[in-house]
Amino acid sequence: MAQIRFLLLRLMKAVFVLLAVTIFSFALIRAAPGDPAMIIAGDQGAVDAAFLEEVRARYGLDRPVYEQLALYVGQVARLDFGTSYRFDRPVIDLIAERLPATLLLTMSAFGIAVAAGVGLGAFAARHVGKWQDAVITVFALLFFALPLFWVGLMGILVFSVWLGWLPAFGMSTVGGAMSPLGQALDIARHLVLPTTTLALVYLATYTRMTRASVLEVMDLDFVRTARAKGLPAGRIWRRHILKNAMLPIITLASLQAGHLVGGAVLTETVFAWPGIGRLAFDALLQRDYNLLLAIFIIASALVVFFNFIADILYGLADPRIEVTT
Amino acid sequence: MRKASLLLALMLAGVSGAALAQEPERGGTLNMVVQPEPPTVMLGLNKLGPVSFVGSKIYEGLINLAPDMKPLPGLAESWEISEDGLTYTFHLRQGVKWHDGEPFTSRDVVYSFSTFLPEAFARTRSVMARTESITAPDDQTVVFKLKAPYAAFMMIFEVSGGTIVPAHIYEGTNIRENPANEKPIGTGPFQFKEWAKGRYIQLVRNDDYWNKGLPHLDEIYFHVIPDANSRAIAFEQGQVDVLRGGDVENFEVRRLAEAPGVEVSEAGWEFFDPLAIININLKAPPLDNLKVRQAISYAIDRQFMIDAVFGGFGKPAYGPMTERTPFYDAAALTDYSFDMEKAKTLMAESGLKPDANGVYATLDLMPLPYGETWQRQSEYLRQQLTEIGIATNVVSVDVPGWQERTTTGKFHITTNFIYLLGDPAMGVSQTYVSDNQNRGTATNVDGYVNPEIDKLFAEGAATNDPAVRQKVYSEIQKVISADLPVIWSHQMSMPTVYRSKLNNLITTGLGLNSNFADVWIAKD
Repeated sequence: MAQIRFLLLRLMKAVFVLLAVTIFSFALIRAAPGDPAMIIAGDQGAVDAAFLEEVRARYGLDRPVYEQLALYVGQVARLDFGTSYRFDRPVIDLIAERLPATLLLTMSAFGIAVAAGVGLGAFAARHVGKWQDAVITVFALLFFALPLFWVGLMGILVFSVWLGWLPAFGMSTVGGAMSPLGQALDIARHLVLPTTTLALVYLATYTRMTRASVLEVMDLDFVRTARAKGLPAGRIWRRHILKNAMLPIITLASLQAGHLVGGAVLTETVFAWPGIGRLAFDALLQRDYNLLLAIFIIASALVVFFNFIADILYGLADPRIEVTT
Repeated sequence: MRKASLLLALMLAGVSGAALAQEPERGGTLNMVVQPEPPTVMLGLNKLGPVSFVGSKIYEGLINLAPDMKPLPGLAESWEISEDGLTYTFHLRQGVKWHDGEPFTSRDVVYSFSTFLPEAFARTRSVMARTESITAPDDQTVVFKLKAPYAAFMMIFEVSGGTIVPAHIYEGTNIRENPANEKPIGTGPFQFKEWAKGRYIQLVRNDDYWNKGLPHLDEIYFHVIPDANSRAIAFEQGQVDVLRGGDVENFEVRRLAEAPGVEVSEAGWEFFDPLAIININLKAPPLDNLKVRQAISYAIDRQFMIDAVFGGFGKPAYGPMTERTPFYDAAALTDYSFDMEKAKTLMAESGLKPDANGVYATLDLMPLPYGETWQRQSEYLRQQLTEIGIATNVVSVDVPGWQERTTTGKFHITTNFIYLLGDPAMGVSQTYVSDNQNRGTATNVDGYVNPEIDKLFAEGAATNDPAVRQKVYSEIQKVISADLPVIWSHQMSMPTVYRSKLNNLITTGLGLNSNFADVWIAKD
């Protein structure tokens, strides 16, 4: 019963958050100077007042802003994100085209970052104060501090330009027929550099966080008790230390999972990866309101969704955390 | 020294190109970059740079343009212009087919110019307002009758402005929602094959092309590579064969050009004829003061700016036309060669009073938001303006913000460039005629009003007599150059970097916006 009430309340909260995000993003984009009709007209290579009026009427831009907002919220409620001004196609189609590429990139990076980050962090904590710890900490700090685009460019320089091992950009080799397996391998090869670049930055965060969290838990009473009871070291690590140290990491992971959609703008730009981050960036530059808003809203929905998952995971990691709202 | 060696390289490239004239080889794939990714490749609906670049291989116009702006045959094999300059008769090529196999006839031309283009493209609409009738006496002939002579009329028939679209597909439909927009059907040497969004656009050889034996190439890929550094790397690694002007910043061009087997060409921009200008809001004091504008113009060392900021590509400009523009007259122009002393004297004579720090005025300086080069240019201008006692606030805005501010007069000084489009009656006048302002979209953003200039531009457009036109345009250049309604920065050069194994890459005044039917790749 409490579970169902919790779920319902969370759902209502989620709807409210998404509504707020919609209204807020709408207002924010409209507050920027620059008339979308002018951009659209410029895009069509036309400088003519009649054409401007026609464009405004076609996209409803001639109505008062509050009317446009009400209309838009109603549309979004029916999961209709409208038409992109620039591409003259339904926004949802454009996003559907690009979303798989972004998810492939960011989820691989996310997976690597979490797995390797937690592993390295725990390893460092276990050898705290020794050289292993020092090496891991220094590298984590380094990648945490380096700008992502620079890491990406250096990766291209070393592994594509100098060594010639990996492709520098794109998602697959253009031209030439390939077997399905060959295609998958080809994409995997193209995935290596962008994924590593993106993963390195996240990885550093997870390493640092896991190390700190594990060190904190290691000194708590129940760990001492377990040791005093003479439990085997491996079991203490798994059942007592890691499990308890996971909570802050779940929080962090749930927040970053929300970035899966929008967080790869730089990586996608440097590596010419055909994903949604770039689509959003172009949409911003071109004032493609509908497209940009849709990406905002979908990204926010993902954040909300992953927070939800995190709440459930908290309960699993530590049953003492009650499902309260 | 480096500049000299570059020049030498360019000359040698010209010589060896001529010496090695050989039989074209058939086949091969040409890899290029399209930047930014276009919203569509249906050239009839959108005239944006990247759309023209891709679309000009799929679609064709009635004519092409030679580097000196002489019309060359295209879909029209020949044409006659009547003595009075009012009737243009085009004889269309026989045996041309659309990519879906339908024959191309005069009906397509009439439909394109009477219905499709006026609806889709403001420039055609305004030019077509000058025509009285478009008729097709037979399948191979089209006749345009003008209300009054219009000297730039031939310029509307090149492929980007005068895209010929298939009537059998568009007639009676909503042209913007026609499914064929996704899979364009033209008459050109290349057919649309695939568009992997965010990755590449692929065109393949049209085996049924009217010019038998052409095109030489099997296929063309336009890669989408959003980052300028990545584009340079893609070229260095051989994944792309051509970098258009703007694909990499000018200061990168020299470095790339030093690699073996790489050439640079400044040709191919004769029709677009880009001129960099500095817009000045004439309604904002003290910029309404001629002496202040003169001081600004003299304070800019244009050659230094070209060398330091634009990678050495370009030539100083002191008037509304460039050397490439027909009827350019260097003798009519006021010489604004760099002279800081003169600039300071002019400021002192301007009637403005400097404050205790010697500052006459504080103005906003808004750089054109088109990348690093323009940022650097504004930094240079800022420095020069400071020296003559004009303090500046640099206003950084994004492209939509820039467009909004310039076209509505919310600026003091902004950097810009304009395309002059082959004939002074077409592109030049827009920036200076008084009825082209205050419309939100107009290009006379400075607010220049001069009835004499309005009259002269009207005269220059209304006659086909070259002698009369030369006289009129010389007068225009003399008056405008002295009036300084804008500060001319330089005639821009947008160098193309390409591999020397490519032949016939740039042969017309449309440059890389040509149809590429005779481009071929030498096997190494």
